[in-house]
Amino acid sequence: MNSQNPVIQVDGLSRSYRDVAALWDVTFSLQPNMICGLLGRNGAGKTTLMRMLTGQDFPSAGSVRLFGENPVENSTVLQQICFVSEAQRYPDGFQARHVLAGAPWFFADWDAAFADDLVGKFRLPLKRDVKKLSRGQQSALGVIVGLASRASITIFDEPYLGLDAVARHTFYDTLLADYAERPRTILLSTHLIDEVSNLLEHVLVLDEGRLLLDQSAESLRGSAAAVAGRAGDVDSFVEGRQILHRDTLGGLATVTIAGRLTAADHRAATAANLEIAPVSFQQLIVDLSTRSAPAPAVASVVHE
Amino acid sequence: MDEARPIFQQIAERVENDILSGALSEEGQVPSTNEFAMFYRINPATAGKGVNLLVEQGILYKRRGIGMFVAAGARERITARRRELFVLEYIAPMLAEAASLGIKPDQITQLIENQLSERETR
Repeated sequence: MNSQNPVIQVDGLSRSYRDVAALWDVTFSLQPNMICGLLGRNGAGKTTLMRMLTGQDFPSAGSVRLFGENPVENSTVLQQICFVSEAQRYPDGFQARHVLAGAPWFFADWDAAFADDLVGKFRLPLKRDVKKLSRGQQSALGVIVGLASRASITIFDEPYLGLDAVARHTFYDTLLADYAERPRTILLSTHLIDEVSNLLEHVLVLDEGRLLLDQSAESLRGSAAAVAGRAGDVDSFVEGRQILHRDTLGGLATVTIAGRLTAADHRAATAANLEIAPVSFQQLIVDLSTRSAPAPAVASVVHE
Repeated sequence: MDEARPIFQQIAERVENDILSGALSEEGQVPSTNEFAMFYRINPATAGKGVNLLVEQGILYKRRGIGMFVAAGARERITARRRELFVLEYIAPMLAEAASLGIKPDQITQLIENQLSERETR
């Protein structure tokens, strides 16, 4: 599968606003037909990256290629991509039905029947000004456009604001079902990492404008562990390992370490009266992006 | 899902459990990769990896254009492999815990016998 041409190719991409670097030397490529998570803290550069992928902003240096082409003002490329932005604005008096009626102009593979079905699932009022819809209803509209666009590259930027847990799971389930039927490239930017982690095949993590991680979700899962016990015992166990996080409570310590533990490690830990607990996907990303050490070292340690 | 282990392994184990319990019978059809993905809310590629693991082990086999089926003798093969793991995954940790609690070997034997007779009278 990896022999295919990448659907997204980003090389040495940087973007500065005055003297602030929003993105710095970001390089990655995505094979077609994957659900990829774009993760990172606020201000990490996620939205900047997505805006450049969709031709809405220009690189200060480096390049973006979608289907091998520059997306900027490229209608052939733009018809095949859909960007659902949290900041989407519509003209005054625009109703949800106007948005859906106009969508076929922008998306070559728009499926109107699927959109109608989704309007029912999300209980979206069609004849009300978009500006008067609740935050959750506006998000639902974005999700409906994103799913029904059936675009070869669909990018969701925090699509769930104001959506309750039921609506979010409707989104996840619908995304999964439709993706299974019609594989395409989905880039999903989100803070709710634990909610979506099982849906992801690949993960990109940005931190302060740099690409911290670019790897399969499967290889990231279980690539860190939390060791807890008496501080002295914990410290001797984790010596020489990559420490991601350390908490202490009196004489007790919990230390998160990178890398997979072997069966022998587990036996040694049991013998030293240490508890080993898995680290959730979300916690791992939090630990990685709050560290002060330079990014490349972390990525190479977790990668093995 | 357990955070520590790859999801595809957990999917494969759940299918094996269903074969052991008889929920999936030998020569019976199993759900498609996409159905597994939907049911467990996981990426279809991950579900596919779990199913393929069982194909490689001869637990499942593909019928082109029809779907995936449980191989004859699958139950026997799963049982044999799990018996090998029984010592490693159950007996060894139990003995380690017993040692740390100061439970002596003859007491362990006694405790197991008590449990067995309790189960029989139930």
